[in-house]
Amino acid sequence: MTDRTTATTKPYTIGRPPFRPGDEADFGGAFTEQPEDLSRPDPLTCSAQDTVEHAVGLVRVLNDKHEAKGDWNPELSSETLIQGLEYMMRLRIFDDRMIKMQRTGKLSFYMRSFGEEAIAIAQTMALETQDWIFPSYRQPGAQFVRGRDMVSMICHCIGNTEDNVKGRQMPVHYTWKEGRFISISSPVGTQFSQAVGVAMASAYKGDDEVCISWLGDGTSAQGDYHYALNFASTFKPPVILNVVNNQWAISTHANLATGGRTFAERGLAYDIPSIRVDGNDFLALYSVTKWARDRAGAGLGATHIEVYTYRAGAHSSSDDPSAYRPSDEFECWPGGDPIERLKSHLITAKLWDEKRHTALAKKIDDEVMKSYKEACEFGDLASGPYPPASTIFTEVYESVPWHVQEQREELGK
Amino acid sequence: MADMNMIKALNSALEVQLQKDKNVVIFGEDVGYFGGVFRVTDGLQKKFGEHRVFDSPLAEGGIAAVAMGMGLNGLRPVAEIQFADYIFPAYDQIVNEIAKVRHRSGGEFTAPLTFRTPAGGGIKGGHHHSQSPEAQFTHTPGLKVVYCSTPYNAKGLLTSAIECNDPVIFFEPKRCYRGPFYGDPHNVPTWSGHPDAEVPTEHYTVPLEQARVVREGAACTVIAWGTMVHVCEQAIKDSGIDCELIDLQTLVPWDRDTVVNSIEKTGRCVIVHEAPKTSGFGAEMSASIQERCFYHLEAPITRVTGWDTPFPHTTEWDYLPSTERIAKAIKNTQEE
Repeated sequence: MTDRTTATTKPYTIGRPPFRPGDEADFGGAFTEQPEDLSRPDPLTCSAQDTVEHAVGLVRVLNDKHEAKGDWNPELSSETLIQGLEYMMRLRIFDDRMIKMQRTGKLSFYMRSFGEEAIAIAQTMALETQDWIFPSYRQPGAQFVRGRDMVSMICHCIGNTEDNVKGRQMPVHYTWKEGRFISISSPVGTQFSQAVGVAMASAYKGDDEVCISWLGDGTSAQGDYHYALNFASTFKPPVILNVVNNQWAISTHANLATGGRTFAERGLAYDIPSIRVDGNDFLALYSVTKWARDRAGAGLGATHIEVYTYRAGAHSSSDDPSAYRPSDEFECWPGGDPIERLKSHLITAKLWDEKRHTALAKKIDDEVMKSYKEACEFGDLASGPYPPASTIFTEVYESVPWHVQEQREELGK
Repeated sequence: MADMNMIKALNSALEVQLQKDKNVVIFGEDVGYFGGVFRVTDGLQKKFGEHRVFDSPLAEGGIAAVAMGMGLNGLRPVAEIQFADYIFPAYDQIVNEIAKVRHRSGGEFTAPLTFRTPAGGGIKGGHHHSQSPEAQFTHTPGLKVVYCSTPYNAKGLLTSAIECNDPVIFFEPKRCYRGPFYGDPHNVPTWSGHPDAEVPTEHYTVPLEQARVVREGAACTVIAWGTMVHVCEQAIKDSGIDCELIDLQTLVPWDRDTVVNSIEKTGRCVIVHEAPKTSGFGAEMSASIQERCFYHLEAPITRVTGWDTPFPHTTEWDYLPSTERIAKAIKNTQEE
């Protein structure tokens, strides 16, 4: 549970982050919550009331000794765990390469998932392949789980001739229908209530499909968040609604986003089972999401999840967090690094070792570089080629209406 | 064929669609059990079931978003926004999401859907039950904007809107639900016996992008939509001038050929709408006509519109374009 820090209570209350630049960040060491704290209710009989403790506590599986413990341990096979580690490493290495490309002027903009890699990856792995992914900009990792080719992703980020959205969106705003990964939009939170509609359509058609969506702690102030919860509460479609509490919305700390104790708790008011989960614990995320999927698949409606994590990097390539928070805050935060935690768990269980880890990282990095070079063959940011200018005018409507056609002719391309 | 008012005609369009396409679902505030505050969805829930025609929570932003999600996943939702004045909580979803998803996703995702919404004044509805916000949507690429005016075109246009694979904002002139309105609040007929109240009970369409020539004439072209079509009809009679009256029906994309051909013939043009003048759709029409027909014009293009003020309650007849104001504008075009 969060104790909200405030700067002042008069004439009204202004929240403040626990630390600012120059402060020594100190979160008191490790989490007090332990894997054994919370039971795993039967997903098929669980009510919102049964999750009161889960909404204020923290579901964890990996303890501080890197062991998998407690009721929520999903008992995953070593293959699944190593696969999860591989996806997370792939996302981080991909991000690191892409941010370097951005810094050297080879991409116009970029957003990393640094520190939050477990979220989209563990959660997508816990779903079925027919389930819909309705992401915000910090869940591109789901595409690795669904098998999207990195060349295609990089072509989008460059906006070259092979960009499947034809240079129309900023980098990282991926669309991938084949992977049931719905187009990312910049206005934050809009996807949350749309996801409820996607899930209602699945239910209407009688398809065994679930829709998962995410938004941030800052975005949870938007009306769209509350529309989503209320419509999900009212119609009970198969949807999984995640608030990724990474504590920072650009420079706005969660203490300025809500006066409530936890984000998860809000779901209880909508009579939706609500769980707060350690967002850097791959096993806990997988387990909670599988639990929510079981409920949705059984026709029991929505689950509301607060994914408690920390935005380890900048909001985007246009942001400099050293202006508003201590640079070493991430290192002090008890949640740790999701990749290091799963890696340590695997090493502790003697399923993995440093040598294999280093070799895998090298292999992925080579693949990323190879993919980048291949993507540039379809055009780089500096010199193109870009999609033809005629793509400005197409797909505005199903067919080009006369007034848009006239404007295309006026441009003459 | 049956004698229908606009409410019955819209209801008939929805009924035919529910019958024809199992992916059509209808929802909105009060549209289910009760059948809508204007009764447009009356009886549909009983006939087609509560999962196909249902009441939603009172949240236009949520209604729009859920409709988009349904559209993304293969349904063809028809959502009602109870009054056009209440569409603005849905504005972000409509402008930034629904209108753009086809383009932004490179055509991979589309959200075919229709928002029906009663619009316009003349029912003593004050600021917030009278506005006609079509221009707020004509300015957004990706949307089609339709405004019906009679029972016949209401059913035919709504059918086209629902069958269209692009999102459509469908305005219904609530003043004309039960009868045409000729500008005299003390003498309001019903649709009964009106030729445009002869509505086929079966499926038919009035194509989008096609205007309707209500009356042919040679001296001046009058362009209107919604309730103003009928007010203009009366004003033309009162003026005694041989006007051609065009009911635009679809505002985006509007029917270029019908409009341009008419103005090339008449050389004069009056545009009439209820919404405020500044940045109203009349401004767009006026500019476009000037660009296309300048050398055919014999007089300045004139707009007769609502004032650039909030819509009033008791003084609404002084706000809405009257037959007198329209007739005067028509006469003025003849004096140049």
